[in-house]
Amino acid sequence: MAALVLDSSGFRTLLYKEVLRFWKVSFQTVAAPVLTGVLYLLVFGHVLEAHVEAFRGVSYTAFLIPGLVMMSVLQNAFANSSSSLIQSKITGNLVFVLLPPLSNLEFFGAYVFASIARGLVVGVGVFAVTLWFAPLSIEAPLWIAVFALAGSALLGVLGLIAGIVSDKFDQLAAFQNFIIMPATFLSGVFYSVHGLPPFWQAVSHFNPFFYMVDGFRYGFFAQADVSPWISLVVVMVALLIASAISLTMLERGYKIRN
Amino acid sequence: MPLTPAIEAIDVAKRYATKGAGVTALDGVSLRIEQGEFFGLLGPNGAGKTTLISIIAGLARATRGTVTVMGNDVVRDYRAARRSLGVVPQELVFDPFFSVRETLRFQSGYFGLRSNDAWIEEVMANLDLTGKADANMRSLSGGMKRRVLVAQALVHRPPVIVLDEPTAGVDVELRQGLWAFVRRLNREGHTIVLTTHYLEEAQELCNRIAMLKAGRVIALDETRELLNRLADVRISMRLNGALPEALRARVIEESDTHVTLRLGGASEVESVLATCRAAGCTIDELDVGHADLEDVFMQLMAAASPRPLERKAA
Repeated sequence: MAALVLDSSGFRTLLYKEVLRFWKVSFQTVAAPVLTGVLYLLVFGHVLEAHVEAFRGVSYTAFLIPGLVMMSVLQNAFANSSSSLIQSKITGNLVFVLLPPLSNLEFFGAYVFASIARGLVVGVGVFAVTLWFAPLSIEAPLWIAVFALAGSALLGVLGLIAGIVSDKFDQLAAFQNFIIMPATFLSGVFYSVHGLPPFWQAVSHFNPFFYMVDGFRYGFFAQADVSPWISLVVVMVALLIASAISLTMLERGYKIRN
Repeated sequence: MPLTPAIEAIDVAKRYATKGAGVTALDGVSLRIEQGEFFGLLGPNGAGKTTLISIIAGLARATRGTVTVMGNDVVRDYRAARRSLGVVPQELVFDPFFSVRETLRFQSGYFGLRSNDAWIEEVMANLDLTGKADANMRSLSGGMKRRVLVAQALVHRPPVIVLDEPTAGVDVELRQGLWAFVRRLNREGHTIVLTTHYLEEAQELCNRIAMLKAGRVIALDETRELLNRLADVRISMRLNGALPEALRARVIEESDTHVTLRLGGASEVESVLATCRAAGCTIDELDVGHADLEDVFMQLMAAASPRPLERKAA
């Protein structure tokens, strides 16, 4: 079972390189998404503040902040592993990490942990800036941490799968625009699903992104559309399935070693 | 007890599945490359050279057969196999985010070597990269990028080094420098495997050569033996008068001014000249030469069964 041992420094080097990769261009990978998050907050918060009360006793702007933070975490976690991998594939420098004696698990771990790092850095950035706009309570910090970690891990794994499958930038863009974007927008970032018609409420419950946002939000307000335990189970099951798929792809050398 | 071979391929086949049909890139290749050899892998485009190297390096999986590097199976013992192997890829690839030194440190780290700076500095010095150590990879010329690729292949001091077309598009000066360096590595005990389109390079550098065509090894021998296989001498002449009919059968090339004949050996030169003299034609110019690897290559490629890359419905 040699492949299951995280053999120290090769893995650490790849993780460090992946983190450095986005950090070196942090204006684009961290500052830009923070600005996007703030713009959403300004526009939607301003327009809807007076009309919507999603949770009892919570202002719309306050309700929106955790959703935007989580949306930024998820989108950036996905963007990190997927864009790093596709860039390396297209420029051909992926060969530098395929030639060394790194196991599939180390390869997987390095890309996913770097995605988590980028997701969390952007998430903290959005949170810090949006705090200026509304006071926010933190009722259950552990839930916040658990969902931020699990959510960014899941999106990092999905990004890895998208990066493995895609051969071109436009294929990756299709993943982003037709799967990740709709799933995030329809996850309850901007509204509580209880305000939806019954049909769309039911549909939302098949969207794993809904559970990530809802569970994350529970940490702030101690109220949510479903129990955070249910959300956690859904997210962990999705994470396990996605991890199994991407590890199987790596194990078979699908597209990467062919 | 013989030494473990540097590289051993046994009955390696590779089929690429494409839509509706499969393409056979390798069709049962077996090779044994001993430690300390300077081995040439030659063949026309599409012969399967790069596919074979990819399988040796673990960049692709063989459909059938096994490959070992220093006795380590490239699939089962991939860690040991990859630690034993340095590969200089054909494409001029680089990571635009990093400097030369960073690139080499990362490469070293991927191999599990963390305090390797002394060796990295030495490799850079040997490849004349020290002056560019902190330059971003993007800013380097093509030749410099090529040197970094060579340096990357050496960071973990592999006993076996594979160079896939390392001199394609490289200027003469760099080529000379590169070969001097690779020869030194070979003298110091590294096994070198080289693919190249420049046959004179292979002839000059390699002690043994395998020729690939359509995914099969069609010749595998010492360079000397391959050249001896065409033990012929060729003689090129500018004649004043018609070529005697008796020599017609030996013609391999004929232009308006010159005619080139193939002879069984140097001893036949005398009789050719005598035949010309007897026929009353004088020789204004004469050039005698040996067959080179290019002749051998051309002859072998023409002789091997014209078997196109197999296409079958999947």
